[in-house]
This record gives sequence, structure tokens and C-alpha cells, in this order.
Amino acid sequence: MEGYLSLWDEYGARIMESFWANLQLTFWAFLISLVLGTLLAIMRISPIPSLRAFGTAYVNIFRNTPLTIIMAFGVLVLFGVFKLQISSDFNLNFFQIAIIGLSIYHAAFFCEAIRSGVNTVPLGQAEAARAIGLSFLPAAQLVILPQAFRGAIVPMGNVLIALIKNTTVALAGSVAEISGLMKTMIEYRADQGFLIFLTVALMFVIIVVPIGLLVTWLSKKLAVAR
Amino acid sequence: MSTQSVLFDAPGPKAKRRILLLNIVGALIFLGLIAYLIYGLYGAGQLTPEKWNVFATGSVWTNFILPGLIKTLQSAAISIVTSLIFGFIFGMGRLSHNKFLNWISTIVVEFFRAVPVLLMMLFLWIMLANSGWVQPADSPFFAVVIGLTLYNGSVVAELIRSGVHGLPKGQREAGIAIGLTRTQSLSFIEIPQALTAMLPALISQFIVILKDSALGYIINFNELLFMSKLVGTGNSNTFQSLVVAAAIFIILNFALSKLASYVSGRLSSRGIA
Repeated sequence: MEGYLSLWDEYGARIMESFWANLQLTFWAFLISLVLGTLLAIMRISPIPSLRAFGTAYVNIFRNTPLTIIMAFGVLVLFGVFKLQISSDFNLNFFQIAIIGLSIYHAAFFCEAIRSGVNTVPLGQAEAARAIGLSFLPAAQLVILPQAFRGAIVPMGNVLIALIKNTTVALAGSVAEISGLMKTMIEYRADQGFLIFLTVALMFVIIVVPIGLLVTWLSKKLAVAR
Repeated sequence: MSTQSVLFDAPGPKAKRRILLLNIVGALIFLGLIAYLIYGLYGAGQLTPEKWNVFATGSVWTNFILPGLIKTLQSAAISIVTSLIFGFIFGMGRLSHNKFLNWISTIVVEFFRAVPVLLMMLFLWIMLANSGWVQPADSPFFAVVIGLTLYNGSVVAELIRSGVHGLPKGQREAGIAIGLTRTQSLSFIEIPQALTAMLPALISQFIVILKDSALGYIINFNELLFMSKLVGTGNSNTFQSLVVAAAIFIILNFALSKLASYVSGRLSSRGIA
């Protein structure tokens, strides 16, 4: 136990710093992928075939690619081959490339979550929207999507939870985040390996479980009464 | 898809013209993006034949990509089987009326669903290599399989639980009525039906397993991505190698997702799902 506590003295600040990186990755990737996913969902339900084809192609490509490849691509190809410099700061550059990778990947999942929400909107709503003279975009914006988002809270919450956990894959993108630190700590103090793992794992449990409960609560509170 | 007919009317002549126009504009933007990408890649010298020719030689496939693919498929296949077993056991636990079993299963399932798979793999990788229970060279493989099993098994357990909850009550009552115990009714009557109804979701979970096996790259498991990176380093064509690896994954997963929607179509026509 003393060995474990001494680890906190030595690594405590870095643990918090690294986990903060995961939370920041989550925040930015959530914002970007939600916007991108909504745009893709609108494309996929629009009357314009070429936009539908683009949305479908995007979803099929990125939903079926392992996130690890996207992350490795960021550091090995975008940075390694094409020398992509978003930021002049070396570490910040990897951080931002990781945000792009996470956003591109999860946008496909947000798109599908929102589309499944669109499927919960009854036919009569769209018919009523058309009957009062709304064309596709106003109908989508004023009638369909507000209800679709409320119907899609559970799948969107699941994507958010997956995103939080997937920020650990940024390790493959050379970002200093918690899974990399955990690896270093376990390698350094293998005798405390289990407790180190349990500590980091519980940090995720503490974040993920309340979000799961919140999502369930929100989905009931915001459910469209029909 | 029914959503398409839901959201807009059959277009009239004016709307048809507008849709055609936007369609062409959209297609042009789309093609423009692709052209821009190809131009950029060409300018960076990534489309030259010598970067791609490696993939026309048999040795790259027999020495790197196929062995990697076999490891990927192997670890995924084993994880699918073990996840099903894990999910069956803990799904039963979560449905059990025994407070203790129920409690333990809930904690196990909720814990492993909330913890990133990569954390489990990293931990198992180092600890297994140190413990001497397995050959150090095999520890990445075991870490991948166990990590995937713990996470995906927990998801399967939840699927089984929600599947059983979705069954009509009469199924269990009939089981009890013919003298089965609750466990027997669960394992012979309810879970087989729940699994059938949940088959599409289960196949989608297999896609997750296949994709997540690529996490093994991070812990030096010699699977497809790892081997492709070796090809890239050896022939200085990292971009091309990763594209090939991604393409193989996309094709495999796309086939699996088609299977899932085919199965779900079959089930709904049988009136089960």
C-alpha cells in the first residue's frame, strides 16, 4: 500500500495532466464530430442523390476502418510523410492531428445515430411539415431534426461514451495521454501493476457511468410524447 | 430506406430541375475533392508506380500481409467465441434471481463496459509478459484476446439481457408450466430466442471485435496493421501500406455489416425481430 501511495506522490500530477488531455480530446472531438455527423445525416436523408452517395460512402469507409489505423495514419503518414504542421508546437501538433482523427471517425457514428433518430419521427410529422408548405431544409431544420435529436439521445450518448474511451487510442497518435502514462507506470513499478490499472480504469468508470445514467435520464425526460 | 420517401414529396417539374442542378453541383464538388486529393498525392510523389509495385510482388503478401491478416482473423475469431461464452455466463448472471450472482455480474459487466479496451490490453500485455504464465512472445496475443473478450463479452451479456427482457412473458411462463426450472427455461427457451432476435446486433459486435483487434498494433501484436507498417518502413511507402491495410479492414467489415442487415431482413420477414 505504501508503494502505491508513493506512486501517487511521484506521478499524481502527471496522472491528472494526462487524464485532462483525454478529456480535452473528448471535448473537441465531440464538438467537431457532432457538427460533421449532423451534416452527413442531412446529406444522407436529402433528396439529392450525389449528396446521399457521398454521405453513404463516408459512413461506410470510416465506420469500417479501425480507429487505430486512422490514428497511426495521422502520425506516420500525415506527419511522417506529408509533414503536416497544424501547430508549430511539436506536441500540440500531434494533439490536434489526434482530434481530427477522432472527429473523422466518430462523425460516421454520430451520423448513423442521428439517422436512427430520424427513423423514430412518425410519417405524419413530415407530411404535416410538407402540408404547411415547408420544403426539405426548413422541414428538416424545424420539424424533423429537433424530434430526431430527442429520439437519438441514447445512440448519441453511446457514441459519446465510445469517444471518451477511444481517446486512449490517441496513444497510437503519439499524444501524451493516460494510457501511455499507465504503460510507463506499470513498466516502472510492475509490482503495483494491478493497482495502477485499477486506478486508471476507475477514472474512466467515474466519468463514463454517470454519463450513461445521465443519458438514460435525458432520453426519458426529452422523449417526444406520442 | 423509408426515410427518403418520408421527408420529401415526389418532386414536381420545378423541384426536379432544382434537384438535378444541385445533384450536378454536389457531384462536381465531390469529384473536385477527389481530383484535389489525387493531384495532391501525385504532387507529393505518392502515386508513382515504385511506391505501389511492392504490392504486385508475392513476397510482400506471403511474408507480411497474409500472416498479419491471419493473426487478425485468428485473434478476432477466438475472441468472438470467448466473448459469446463470457456473455452467456454473465448474461445468465444478470438475469439470475440470486442477489449475489446478480450483483457480481452487474459489477463485472458495468466495469468492463466502462473501461477502454486499450487499457486492459496494455495492462495484460505487460503483466502477462512479467508473470511467466505465457511465453513473453505470446503475451500480446493473449492480451488482445482477453481484452477483447472482457469488453465484448460484457456487451454480449447486455445484449442477451435486453433480448430476454424483450421476449413475451408467455415464453417463460410456458417453460415454468412444463416443469423447467428458471435456469433451464432461460438456457433452453429464452436465451436461444433472445440470441436469434439479437443476431444482427451480435454480428455488429463482431465487427467491433475485428476492428478493435487492430489495437494490438499498439502492444506489438503482429497483426495486419503492425505487419503493414513493417512493409511501409521497409519500402518507404507507409502511406500505401496503411491504405492497403485499411482497405482490407473495410472490405471485411463491410461484408460483415451486409451480413448483419441480410440476417435482420430475414428475421423480420420471419416475424421474429
